[in-house]
Amino acid sequence: MATDRLDVRKTYKLYLGGRFPRSESGRTFEITDSKGRFLANAARASRKDVRDAVVAARKAQQGWAAATAYNRGQVLYRVAELLEGRRDQFVAEVAAAEGLSTRKATSQVDAAIDRWVHYAGWTDKYAQVDGGLNPVAGPYFDLSVPEPTGVVAAIAPQRSSLLGLTAVLAPLLVSGNTAVVVASERRALPAITLSEVLATSDVPGGVVNLLTGHVTELAPVLAGHLDVDALDLTGCTGTEVDTEELERLAAENVKRVVPAPAEEPAFDAGPAGPARILAFCETKTVWHPKGT
Amino acid sequence: MSLVLPGDVTDLTDATASDSALQRFLHGLPGVDQVGAEKRAATLATRSIKRGSKRWALDLAISMVDLTTLEGADTPGRIRSLCAKAVRPDPSDPQVPSAAAVCVYPDLVGTAVEAVGGSGVQVASVATAFPSGRSSLDIKLADTRDAVAAGADEIDMVIDRGAFLTGRYGQVLEEIVAVKEACGDAHLKVILETGELATYDNVRRASWLALAGGGDFVKTSTGKVSPASTLPVTLVMLEAVRDFAQLTGEIRGVKSAGGIRTAKDALRYLVLVNEVAGPEWLRPDRYRFGASSLLNDLLLQRTKQLTGVYADPDRVTID
Repeated sequence: MATDRLDVRKTYKLYLGGRFPRSESGRTFEITDSKGRFLANAARASRKDVRDAVVAARKAQQGWAAATAYNRGQVLYRVAELLEGRRDQFVAEVAAAEGLSTRKATSQVDAAIDRWVHYAGWTDKYAQVDGGLNPVAGPYFDLSVPEPTGVVAAIAPQRSSLLGLTAVLAPLLVSGNTAVVVASERRALPAITLSEVLATSDVPGGVVNLLTGHVTELAPVLAGHLDVDALDLTGCTGTEVDTEELERLAAENVKRVVPAPAEEPAFDAGPAGPARILAFCETKTVWHPKGT
Repeated sequence: MSLVLPGDVTDLTDATASDSALQRFLHGLPGVDQVGAEKRAATLATRSIKRGSKRWALDLAISMVDLTTLEGADTPGRIRSLCAKAVRPDPSDPQVPSAAAVCVYPDLVGTAVEAVGGSGVQVASVATAFPSGRSSLDIKLADTRDAVAAGADEIDMVIDRGAFLTGRYGQVLEEIVAVKEACGDAHLKVILETGELATYDNVRRASWLALAGGGDFVKTSTGKVSPASTLPVTLVMLEAVRDFAQLTGEIRGVKSAGGIRTAKDALRYLVLVNEVAGPEWLRPDRYRFGASSLLNDLLLQRTKQLTGVYADPDRVTID
């Protein structure tokens, strides 16, 4: 007997402060696959959702930065564990979103999972790479250590929906930053599913906040927000956003800015090492008197 | 004492002749439709306020704030910085109005009076064994006189909730009248502590009692009990003040205190004031917010309205 069971469709929502609300504005937009066929309606975040996301990120930042490096590493590794468990789902979503064959989508998903493991390992190591003892001409023990910048707003890459997002998001979490991420505009579904993984993988609520919607609408609000400490424009490549204007807005409170590259980086070429971690760190230098 | 009351009652002399008469009168007040009041407050809270009105309302709300610190850890230094903030909430912008008052414990009134100087910011003091009100009348009156002597412009008294809830309305009324007398020229705000009154009917009765006793303001809460001020409770109190004004011609005020932390909340209260009591109540001598962190959020939202970008909470002082 043929079953006439109706599909139970997922409502794609935002991920804010550990919850999954719809956009405050009630708006949605259509997400299509690579061939233009309808996939789902996703929430179209507004200015006020950005505001709420930044509030959530700010609230979570101190706690996340105060967690031990070891603990942050465990939490990021846990993300990889749970991604592994939903591997097939991600392969299907990435294949649909990016128009890839199952084989290529699988390699993207695998690379994304490995990227989480990679950055999980960095949490208790990046400080040794970047920090250290400074030779100074005086009776001081002089140390420099990297510290998290604070709340980072990131525009996720437009083409690489899961691996690109991971390559942008994971490194900034390593040092204890919290994130407000705008997902790939037309390939948002894998990002939303990733937020479900984050919600169930010990990442405290508010540490990652994920918005879907129009980059041209959301990026300027984030760039101008005075309670955002850094701005990653990696994902602005391939959009119509005026990145120069964003950098001008960001200058108002001297945000740390990672500019948009001319071309979307080849994320599957392997992780970029600690460079992306240190891009969202501040250096603290301590002068400690040590006698003669 | 002669008072006009709702319904056919036009004089309180008979109603206050005895406890039982007072009880008959208060219990004769129409009951509050709980579902209706909550629904109305919730509906009004969804009202959209457009930019021009919002700017005006934010400034109005700032001028209505009783900047409050009621902590055991209060020091003269903290009071002085609070007063400076009340006088000039945003030192970088002279357009920002002063807060209405600072609200402190009686022993710090002197410090506050000195700190606000002649700025027009009032000094309010809690009194009468705040926040529980559990003390004898003599001590409550001494507490009040002490604050007034130190220079307080406004006294925030608490009612005896124990007496109220056991139905000894006469005792509550007498206390209010006695404290009002002890206040002299100082304004009297009567704190009902609605979080302990359990029902809206009780809130309505206590409001009438406070107004009949001569309170210049009825105030929702001490801020020490949860739930503190809520929209429906404020609605019931605004109705009482409105009806009292209609019947007696005497204008009294309402102060919502406790739990109001965001500018959005404050705007919702102002909508309620406008819709329930009327636009003539939208002024600092008729409606107040008792709050501490609210002022910062109002300033942040004001900056947002002026600059168009979301402001940084680190740019306002913590106290």
